[in-house]
Amino acid sequence: MKIAVCIKRVPEMDVRFKIAPNSTSVDETGLKWDMSDFDGYAVEAALQMTEKLGTGEVVVITLGPDATQETLRKALSMGATRAVHLKADRIPFDNFAIAKALAAELQGGGYDLILFGKMSIDSSNGAVGPMTAELLNLPCVAAASKLEVANGRGTARRELEGAAELLEFPLPALVTIDEGVARPRYPSLKGIMAAKKKPLEVKPAQLGDVRLTVSTMALPPERPAGRIVGEGAAAVPELVRLLQTEAKVL
Amino acid sequence: MANHVLAFVETRAGEPRKVGFEAITAARALADAAGGEVHALITGAPGVAGRAESLGRYAADAVVVVEHAAFADYNPEALAALVAERVRSGGYRAVVFSASAQGKDLAPRVAAKLGVPLAADLTSVQLSGDKVVGTHPVNTGKVLATVTLTANPAVVSLRPGAVTAAEAPRAARVETAAPVGDPAASRVRVTQTIAGNTAKLDLGDAPVIVSGGRGLKAPENFKLVEDLAAAFGNAAVGATRAVTDDGWRPHSDQIGQTGRQVSPDLYVAVGISGAIQHLAGMRTSKTIVAINKDREAPIFKIADYGIVGDVLEVVPALTAAVKQARGNS
Repeated sequence: MKIAVCIKRVPEMDVRFKIAPNSTSVDETGLKWDMSDFDGYAVEAALQMTEKLGTGEVVVITLGPDATQETLRKALSMGATRAVHLKADRIPFDNFAIAKALAAELQGGGYDLILFGKMSIDSSNGAVGPMTAELLNLPCVAAASKLEVANGRGTARRELEGAAELLEFPLPALVTIDEGVARPRYPSLKGIMAAKKKPLEVKPAQLGDVRLTVSTMALPPERPAGRIVGEGAAAVPELVRLLQTEAKVL
Repeated sequence: MANHVLAFVETRAGEPRKVGFEAITAARALADAAGGEVHALITGAPGVAGRAESLGRYAADAVVVVEHAAFADYNPEALAALVAERVRSGGYRAVVFSASAQGKDLAPRVAAKLGVPLAADLTSVQLSGDKVVGTHPVNTGKVLATVTLTANPAVVSLRPGAVTAAEAPRAARVETAAPVGDPAASRVRVTQTIAGNTAKLDLGDAPVIVSGGRGLKAPENFKLVEDLAAAFGNAAVGATRAVTDDGWRPHSDQIGQTGRQVSPDLYVAVGISGAIQHLAGMRTSKTIVAINKDREAPIFKIADYGIVGDVLEVVPALTAAVKQARGNS
């Protein structure tokens, strides 16, 4: 079983973002970076599959500047076999340009399964995975909350609004991973040491034309400061009055 | 003329979904700016044509109906082939999808078949000269990006609920079209659609959401949250990640950075401290109420109204008061 997992380096989200002077990106001063949340689930799912089979290879791939190699190293320290860095000065916002570069790398790689996180936690487009599947003409399930593969076929579950779907497809296939599939492990010290010696190949990213860009970034309006209505059950009548007369939601 | 706009109308169990009407409304604005027509595309098992007229209510000029037994359930490959071929042959300026669970699967496939990027999950969209410009929340909603799409056709998806479906009835012409290829030959098959509890409102549709967190202390106390939701009558029940990870509630109920992102008229946070990951999923709610025993909990910083107290005491009192208020209205 040969599995590729496409991952992205993103800022950690538990901060107050500032807009950079160019107004088209966030100010990166002081930001911490990590693997995008859903990509962590995808790496874990891939590792669990190969571990269960007792054989196989997990190749992690990312696109971006040199700093993205730290994200590849993290995946290697979790247990991935080797890594590919598609080098670009920056990560474009154009999802089709990225999909083209990833498809060019994945094409002919002999992968049984290609995994993505269901979306990156920063750009939140969720488009690169299904687009890459189309470019490679692979069966695709987006946002699988369960995934099993056996005997050359896969089954997945996808959460819908107030419902769910069960799907079936042949391998090779491309699946994007939602939460619930597998909780990512923390790299062990041994894993971190081993990762330093694992192969990490660097190639130029073959990005296509960029036709989707961020023209401005802004912070959403702040919520006005709220108020404490009172303490305990005694405050309930006043809360209900405010919901009726002020917020008009009751 | 490449000025028409195609709206993809999502269905479930043979019925168009509200997000489909939202797509038509957004397509209408784009088509008016481009000087073209809105064509609403609806697919389903034989019989779905009976739903075509309802789409004229939302100002579609034409409804394109494609019936096939293999369209009864979601059929991603056949739908992507159909929509892409329609756009290519019809010379459309733009295609509008909902960024629903299904739209998130379908829209990028169609864009890739057309060789263009997808402006995804927009909360607003307009055509401005030769560009399509939209708003897209990034970084878990903490930053708003204005995105510019220069590709033609422009493929966009709309965040559910961001655009209000506006009724503006027209006598839409109805056209029947054939699938592209054999829809029964798709490699990816939906083997089962598991209906949720139909009596239960979805988090994306409910005007009121009552959510519970660890402050409820034990899974059985979630009954208090359900009772409060029932008292409102139009409420759905949500949960924090801590609670879904512990198995008190299903993962599909989780609101937050890695769960659902919601913007109801009223969000009631019960025993939720307000971890940044949770706030990412509900900070755009119109009115927020928080009930928590810890006065310093971060949830009170974004709540319009807060009550400091034991949820086991406050919530039943609120449930009774809401019942009474609704009984009197």
